[in-house]
Amino acid sequence: MPLSRDQLAQRAAQELRDGFYVNLGIGIPTLVANYIPDGMDVTLQSENGMLGMGPFPFEGEADPDLINAGKQTITDMPGTSYFSSADSFAMIRGGHIDLSILGAMEVSENGDLANWMIPGKMVKGMGGAMDLVAGVKRVVVVMEHTNKAGESKILKECTLPLTGKGVVNLVITDLCVFEITPSGMTLIELAPDVTLEEVQSKTEAGFSVSESLGTVSV
Amino acid sequence: MNKVYPDAKAALEGLVFDGMTVMSGGFGLCGIPEHLIVALRDTGVKDLTVISNNCGVDDFGMGLLLQTRQIKKMVSSYVGENAEFERQYLSGELELEFNPQGTLAERIRAGGAGIPAFFTKTGFGTLVAEGKETRQFDGEWYVMESALKSDLSIVKAWKGDRSGNLVFRKTARNFNPMMASAGKVTVAEVEELVEVGELDPDQIHVPGIYVDRLIKGNAYEKRIERLTTRSKD
Repeated sequence: MPLSRDQLAQRAAQELRDGFYVNLGIGIPTLVANYIPDGMDVTLQSENGMLGMGPFPFEGEADPDLINAGKQTITDMPGTSYFSSADSFAMIRGGHIDLSILGAMEVSENGDLANWMIPGKMVKGMGGAMDLVAGVKRVVVVMEHTNKAGESKILKECTLPLTGKGVVNLVITDLCVFEITPSGMTLIELAPDVTLEEVQSKTEAGFSVSESLGTVSV
Repeated sequence: MNKVYPDAKAALEGLVFDGMTVMSGGFGLCGIPEHLIVALRDTGVKDLTVISNNCGVDDFGMGLLLQTRQIKKMVSSYVGENAEFERQYLSGELELEFNPQGTLAERIRAGGAGIPAFFTKTGFGTLVAEGKETRQFDGEWYVMESALKSDLSIVKAWKGDRSGNLVFRKTARNFNPMMASAGKVTVAEVEELVEVGELDPDQIHVPGIYVDRLIKGNAYEKRIERLTTRSKD
């Protein structure tokens, strides 16, 4: 069975390590915060200028001066720090953030990522995505394997304008998990009850299959 | 030295001209100079180039100047929340330059710090790098980005003193400090105006040298774009 949104977030949370500083994108990546293992110390960065992001505020306690990069009201916690956008992106560009988890429209087999623009249709902007994928140590993409028409979103080459070139390290889809290294893309896990044949038929990109191919545990 | 003006209208007097470049602080609707934006609209100034991370929403923030067609060009990183923006852009009425958010922040910082250009990895191999110089350092490719300055920067702080020292609150700081430094003239609005000496010198985020004029804003709306809460049970 394909993974649900929450299961995708759960799988992505397995990439967290104790002591990590992490930036989570909008959408499914935001849900990863719900699956930080108990006892693990993970600090969430929000690129609008905050390190140490807390949970959403209780009803009636929202503060208009305190939002995350998705413009949602948020809270701080003991140890939180605030800084300017220039300092925030110095932190990102300077390679101080351990992990970035974000969504994608397309990923290519060599790790190119497209997630900010559909020419002539969607005019929203890249926000901080280009800086994050260029600067963060490890980039994990969480996405649907195919689009609404059933076509592969994992391609030999991206067709949409790129967010970054050769920047993705791991792709988690509702069907499987791919690792991307300079030598190419490798299938390392299948979602429960998903077959290799199904992944092959729904993936345009070329990939090899890990000798230790496992099942996603969620 | 007294930089304090009675209100937003008075603070912008003699500063605006058609075709000028304006920087406006804030991220989304958080930390925007809401009174100075209204006053800027009311001057009737036209053909503005506005450098701002976002463009407000249809009826608040910089969105107000879109409605009145006072903006010729926007330099932003994300404009997704504004339907009128998308309409004007797709119909060719509005020019738009998208910058990656960190590149935008650093271009503004550089503008205020006397650095004409810098190299960044961000955007290499993408549309953003087209037509720009690229160079390799230690085996990695970088894109050259130029500094940004403004004819006028409008910023919002939490507290300020009469000499222009500013203190921000939580994530309302965002682009405001760099924009204050990159304006030929910078006008700040604050929620709380205090006497010189009342702010702790160790806790000042923007030294007054960057602020030319200052107002105390009254009755802040501080609209929330995406109220998100959890219940207590």
